[in-house]
Amino acid sequence: MAGIVGYGAHMPRHRIKVEDIAGVWGADAPSYKKGLMLREKSVPPPDMDTITLSVQAARNALKRASHVNPADIGAIYIGSESHPYAVKPSGTVVGEAIGITPHAHCADFEFACKAGSEAMFVGLSHVDSGAMDYCLSIAADTSQGAPSDALEYSAAAGAAAFIMGKDKLVAECLFTHSYMTDMPDFWRREHEFYPQHGGRFTGEEAYFAHTLGASKAILEKSGMKPADFKWAVFHQPNGKFPQRVSRMLGFTQEQIDPGWLAPRLGNTYSGASPIGLTGCLDVAKPDDLIFMCSYGSGAGSDAFIWKVTERIEEVRNKAVGTHKLLDENKIYVDYGTYAKFRRKIKKND
Amino acid sequence: MRTVCVVGVGMSQWGEVWRRSLRQLFVDAASKAIKGAGVDHLDSLYVGCMSSGLFVGQEHLGSVMADYLGMRGLPAMRVESACASGGMAIRAAFMEVGSGMSDIVMASGVEKMTDCDGDQATYALATAADQEYEVFHGATFPGLYAMMAHAHMAKYGTTREMLSQVAVKNHDNGALNPVSQYPFKITKEAVETGVMIADPLHILDCSPITDGAAAVIMTTEEIAKKLGKPYVRILGSGAATDSIALYQRPDMTTIKAATLASERALKMAGRKITDIQFAEVHDCFTIAELAILESIGVYERGKAGPATLAGETARDGKFPVNTSGGLKSKGHPVGATGVAQMIEVYKQLTGQAEGERQVKGSPKIAMTQNMGGSGGSSVVHIVEVA
Amino acid sequence: MKMFSSRAWRENPQRYRMEAAKFKKSGKTYFPPRDIDPETGDTENEIVTLPETGKVLTYTVIRVAPGQWSDQSPYALAVVEMDDGTRVFGQMTDCNVDEIKIGMEVRAEFRRLQTEGHSGVLSYAHKFVPKWY
Repeated sequence: MAGIVGYGAHMPRHRIKVEDIAGVWGADAPSYKKGLMLREKSVPPPDMDTITLSVQAARNALKRASHVNPADIGAIYIGSESHPYAVKPSGTVVGEAIGITPHAHCADFEFACKAGSEAMFVGLSHVDSGAMDYCLSIAADTSQGAPSDALEYSAAAGAAAFIMGKDKLVAECLFTHSYMTDMPDFWRREHEFYPQHGGRFTGEEAYFAHTLGASKAILEKSGMKPADFKWAVFHQPNGKFPQRVSRMLGFTQEQIDPGWLAPRLGNTYSGASPIGLTGCLDVAKPDDLIFMCSYGSGAGSDAFIWKVTERIEEVRNKAVGTHKLLDENKIYVDYGTYAKFRRKIKKND
Repeated sequence: MRTVCVVGVGMSQWGEVWRRSLRQLFVDAASKAIKGAGVDHLDSLYVGCMSSGLFVGQEHLGSVMADYLGMRGLPAMRVESACASGGMAIRAAFMEVGSGMSDIVMASGVEKMTDCDGDQATYALATAADQEYEVFHGATFPGLYAMMAHAHMAKYGTTREMLSQVAVKNHDNGALNPVSQYPFKITKEAVETGVMIADPLHILDCSPITDGAAAVIMTTEEIAKKLGKPYVRILGSGAATDSIALYQRPDMTTIKAATLASERALKMAGRKITDIQFAEVHDCFTIAELAILESIGVYERGKAGPATLAGETARDGKFPVNTSGGLKSKGHPVGATGVAQMIEVYKQLTGQAEGERQVKGSPKIAMTQNMGGSGGSSVVHIVEVA
Repeated sequence: MKMFSSRAWRENPQRYRMEAAKFKKSGKTYFPPRDIDPETGDTENEIVTLPETGKVLTYTVIRVAPGQWSDQSPYALAVVEMDDGTRVFGQMTDCNVDEIKIGMEVRAEFRRLQTEGHSGVLSYAHKFVPKWY
């Protein structure tokens, strides 16, 4: 079966703390931190966007799959809810930068926070079917949260890239399952700058119902139990939801730890569970089983079961690790700088 | 080649000249030059101008200026080499008279920089740099010269104080020049505490935005004598280019185009740099004056700063530089600067520099050095009193 | 001033992939690629990709920025010598502008360089970040 041949992540250096956002809006920082289980989030500077994050993540993936000639990659798919253009694909720019063009398929994906796992789902399928030898699937976002809204505390930026293939795998994909219904929990109309959401409605019937739906189905399909897995990663709009859903399914805190990045990364939307997966690969050993389930509002979940191979030890250090990117060399900004970076300030133009 | 002389000069008002347009500034300067020379006609006209198209939407300056000077039918041409446009206009006129093709040619320069906002002016000026590989990345002219300054300071130990002294000295001179945009003295403290534009250059390290025009009448020695007005001889003209982008020059602390232009001008003139007694050089930024003086061989590498601090380049020093006030104090209407340098040298050599500014001791021979962009082009003239 | 998109598109190979021209006779590499070696007049060359890392030869910090860059002011510009000796020019980013030094090691990263208002094209190229890993 197809799987991951190379993987890589990228994220901004800049961070903002919950206190600095709460202070501006007169909100109670401790209760936000506790309620969301989140202390700080990444902030993309003006020169970073979904395209640039994707290029850097893809370059790291290629470093871990150095035997792959970019020209042999058959398709590039980027899933995001913050593609820089409304019409003009992110994938063509990234494809050009990586050297995939011109003989490749390209499509941009969107499905709120699961656009990234979608790209992975389709990429694996193309390779499995024999349609191509390699497919580059990227999950990237520089999402926006409306000022003073709850989502402003978590909307963050990051990317993860995966080269899917059949040989020299780092992690084989054993099973996938997709689950989706029409669910108006979170959306953004065309020409709107910020999204809308249903508040508490985004919990039980949305995030939890779909994550549980996909997760339970894949466990049944595979005949596996939570205890069979070494690691588990879930979509993480904040620190709390993935912790709760993992318990509901029977996973432990230890299993989710290396992929549980939201408390200090924020919600990287399409990047969330994919970047979480790269966090697990930072520590995974050969034969480890990794459970992964994304979630995207609208709504749906893509679940994957991965089995890590020996090759992880060979390639892990060929590119920078996710935890290093997350925890080292951070640049903290205040709310004013954050608002300037995120183009939230009305200018005379 | 026939000997070419400069016999009449004229400058418009220099500064933020709201009431005069591009063509009016030119006519102001050109009329004075014609009157000063006492000629009754021109054979041709060169107009040095960097960016009239971008600043005021006007190209085709040869036609416009000949028309407004009241000389429809006159052969006229625009000359462009960024900030060296004026010097190149002089070079073109020098060739036309020297070759025997014409007898009386006007070399002029003009720039109207205030009919647009700051951003537009910055954009226009930036076209003198590498658009795709410097400006695209956010480079500005202060930025490029600032990089030259950092490199020079790292390599030679040039200090902040040395840069400041260039500005102080040029203002000392400019304060005495009736044409100056900023006719007042400044202090080192003022330079070093002024707003930082691009590290390490502060606002007073930078030449200003200026409207202005300058014109000279160039002719044969025979005609100059007949006209009976004071005149000077141009002994040599030299020009050169170098890479457009600063980053592509092996040594970013020196200006090779100035070195080559100076060597070529001196060779034509049959002189050495040690024969030159004073100079007008292109101090678009304080670091430029230091780098140029080293590039043309007046000082060894790294020594122009200490010499400036010691007062050697002051108007009463061993080698007066920029007695006009330089670009810094006099102003820098881009296309006109090269011509104004020639005018200063003409005035000094013929003993006509106003007041205290006149260099003592009746100097005989001077150099003008004009430069484009960050050193992408340079033109030098060697001038002798008649 | 609005830039017609073909002008940016043409520079993509070098801006997106840091491609340079290495000339046969002199062995020297120039960025961006060009048809003629400026020192020898040679026209025979091959396209090479520049290494990812290099060091700062000189720099400045722009504190009074042109309008389109005002969001990023102050920003630093550097002349960088890539590890293969090729000279490149670009912005420094993700760093404290007051801590930049000549000789600093840097890494090239793909970044958005220009955003043309609300409706124009987006231009990409490389900026330099301090090398921290």
